[in-house]
Amino acid sequence: MDPKKSRDSAESARAAQFPDEVLERVLSLLASHKDRSAVSLVSKTWYNAERWSRTRVFIGNCYSVTPEIVARRFPNIRSVTLKGKPRFSDFNLVPQNWGADIQSWLAVFAERYPSLEELRLKRMTVTDESLKFLALKFQNFRALSLMSCDGFSTNGLAAIAARCRNLTELDIQENGIDDNSGDWLSCFPENFVSLEVLNFASLSSDVDFDALERLVSRCNSLKVLRVNRTITLDQLQRLLVRAPRLTELGTGSFLQDLNAHQYSELERAFGGCKNLHTLSGLHDATALYLPVLYLACANLTFLNLNDTALQDEELAKVLVHCPRLQRLWVLDTVGDEGLEAVALNCPLLEELRVFPANPFDEEVNHGVSESGFLAVSYGCRRLRYVLYFCRQMTNAAVATIVQNCPDFTHFRLCIMNPGQPDYVTNEPMDEAFGAVVKTCTKLQRLAVSGLLTDLTFEYIGRYAKNLETLSVAFAGSSDWGMQCVLEGCPKLRKLEIRDCPFGNAALLSGLEKYESMRSLWMSACKVTMNGCEVLARERPRLNVEVMKDEESSDGQAYKVYVYRTVAGPRRDAPPFVFTL
Amino acid sequence: MEGVSRNGEAPQLLDFIAKEREWLMKRLQEQSHGPPPPPEDKALELRLGPPGDEDRSNIDFTKNCDLQKDESPLSLGYFNGRNQAQAQNFAPYLQFSPSISQTQLPVLAKDSSSDTVDLQNNNDTEKKKALPPASAAANTAVPDSSQKRTAPAPVVGWPPLRTFRKNLASSDDHGKPAPKTHQNAVSSKIVSERSGKGLFVKMNMDGVPIGRKVDLNVYDSYQKLSAAVDELFRGLLAAQRDSSGRGIKSMPDEEKSITGLLDGRGEYTLVYEDHEGDRMLVGDVPWHMFVSTVKRLRVLKSSEISVLGAGGQKQDKMPSDSAMQ
Repeated sequence: MDPKKSRDSAESARAAQFPDEVLERVLSLLASHKDRSAVSLVSKTWYNAERWSRTRVFIGNCYSVTPEIVARRFPNIRSVTLKGKPRFSDFNLVPQNWGADIQSWLAVFAERYPSLEELRLKRMTVTDESLKFLALKFQNFRALSLMSCDGFSTNGLAAIAARCRNLTELDIQENGIDDNSGDWLSCFPENFVSLEVLNFASLSSDVDFDALERLVSRCNSLKVLRVNRTITLDQLQRLLVRAPRLTELGTGSFLQDLNAHQYSELERAFGGCKNLHTLSGLHDATALYLPVLYLACANLTFLNLNDTALQDEELAKVLVHCPRLQRLWVLDTVGDEGLEAVALNCPLLEELRVFPANPFDEEVNHGVSESGFLAVSYGCRRLRYVLYFCRQMTNAAVATIVQNCPDFTHFRLCIMNPGQPDYVTNEPMDEAFGAVVKTCTKLQRLAVSGLLTDLTFEYIGRYAKNLETLSVAFAGSSDWGMQCVLEGCPKLRKLEIRDCPFGNAALLSGLEKYESMRSLWMSACKVTMNGCEVLARERPRLNVEVMKDEESSDGQAYKVYVYRTVAGPRRDAPPFVFTL
Repeated sequence: MEGVSRNGEAPQLLDFIAKEREWLMKRLQEQSHGPPPPPEDKALELRLGPPGDEDRSNIDFTKNCDLQKDESPLSLGYFNGRNQAQAQNFAPYLQFSPSISQTQLPVLAKDSSSDTVDLQNNNDTEKKKALPPASAAANTAVPDSSQKRTAPAPVVGWPPLRTFRKNLASSDDHGKPAPKTHQNAVSSKIVSERSGKGLFVKMNMDGVPIGRKVDLNVYDSYQKLSAAVDELFRGLLAAQRDSSGRGIKSMPDEEKSITGLLDGRGEYTLVYEDHEGDRMLVGDVPWHMFVSTVKRLRVLKSSEISVLGAGGQKQDKMPSDSAMQ
């Protein structure tokens, strides 16, 4: 019997025993996108069952596909997550008006997914018109999350607040928007009670506090509240007593003169928040008022001190009360001593991010160094995510750190002076990152810095077998470095490079690789238009986009963005983007 | 390295390549201890950077001078083609330090197969063109001319920190006037790609512990700067004044405008520190001259101006407001 025939009949026999409805029901329980992708490749039956049962879709690059294609394949989507601009746009490396506008997606969704409930956008351009359109066209709309987006103003938020009757989530994070006034908050109708998540921490205007207080009072399911800096401590107290079930809190300003009564009221309010596991905000907090928090810290797993310039002793006092801390974000004002306090008090710590308080400052007598990181690695053996901005580092320290903590999945080290060597030995930092990739076999994300030769990339290519995201700046010696990475890292998905001596040979060494990756970014490297044209010609299923600006000369390809796509070349490219 | 004799004619260049680290250290030392090189020599400095970017620390240039490794024909072709094709906007990926004596240049010029030579060929004519625009655009035009600096000048988008209060002045607008856009524009520490490199100076105000940073390139007159100071500090000042403990945030009409900064008639006066460290009254010199010498701004109580001594007093340094990722 023809083996193919027997397989088909076996399969159809299985299918008959297993009707589509059941298969769909089973598959509907699958949450992970990767699992669903895998499932959809099994057979046509499974592909169809999967597409009918999928309700949440994640699109990591909005230009890799068109909304029509998405809607055709997945008829029942309720939740869409979209990412737009390349990540380096966060650092002003992508000019304005680059694209990633949500409107064309919304237009299709209005047609095909009128019951859309959730929209989560990262690095997209969203206009007020789009927000109004969203509020108008989608009656079931529930959750809006905008991270690092631009193009809208608080007027758009007002439209959302006013019209989305079933809104459960409004999460506005770190966007470049026009904050005209806080009136949008007053646009929530008085009978609106469904809010569960409200984050307006990054907006700067005053809101009507009474409106906010009433809103918090009547939304009994409110779990996440992140207010902005204009909310004072006594106002915070009034909010907390109305929302004791909060699990995540972002406070406003922590700097205010309180009398004894107010202080104890505030302390009591915090004490009432038994379910708090995430705390952020704390602007301008000092040793004077931090103790009001202590009663709420028993179950704290994530403490974000990004907005408050604490010193080491102040941090130590807080951490004593946070024994269950798993994630900590601090400014480098805490210094190495502060990190020693972390090591002492946070044995369960898994994630540490240390940001520079004065990154552009000319004086370099502060911040953190290798010894702080080292101390943490001795005390917090479960560390798996680190983002560390420092002004000096040594190979030896990093080697010890990863020996202490071999489970790193995300290792992002930023030595702030570009191309700086090991400050003790004056050697390149190659061995540091070599140690990282050799020891941390689970490494998924790596950002390198300091003086680096091709050797670093040889190590990465040879050892980083689980690496998915790599960020490189001011590093490498020649094309060979980038080639090692492209030929070596089997799971590489995102590669972003700036200011490195990698040229066309390096670019073209990835010919076999780019279709298995989400994207490649190269700026201020040695790539030329010729090289890009060759790439575009050899790989028609990639979009090879070159951004021109005043600084680039004719033959040079100053900013290159390459990504796989089934959508063909962009139809909305601005004049400075050339698709080859 | 074909064509370059390894005799005494080109010892210095080879020495550079051989002693990469010493050279690098020497440069770092020079930066921290030595006086800044005169502008033309600065133009000759060896540096690694994106086109137009003048002020970056000396990253290991020797990686790019590594002539032992095979250069791919594509990148060589690129360099050759470019150098012959145009003289404008030459990407100063490598430029050479003044320590190379002039006698070496013709020797190296014979070698057409190395990057270093190609750059040499065109350096003299092109770097002068490449650099002036860069220096005009450099966001550290002023601090650069100051003395010792162990940290390098800021580079666009480095360190990689997210700033969410972007300059929206040039973005697609929604047809409405945006009075606050200006405030957003200056209240961040970004180095905006659009407007070229920003010129950020710190600004502190008497009685307000938290300072601001302003991008002076955004303004073209003292009036606009004065207005910006008002916008930036009005709220902060009002917050400082409100010490009643009742916790009532100041209503907008209770925030007093900060006026008379330039003419001495207001409660506050705007002064600045120039690159020599002297405190000067803002408004005496033409705007562009002011921008090129200002290092720092202060908003002082007018009543205290006469009390200032020769050196002035430095305010306590407070960590500046930052909400970045």
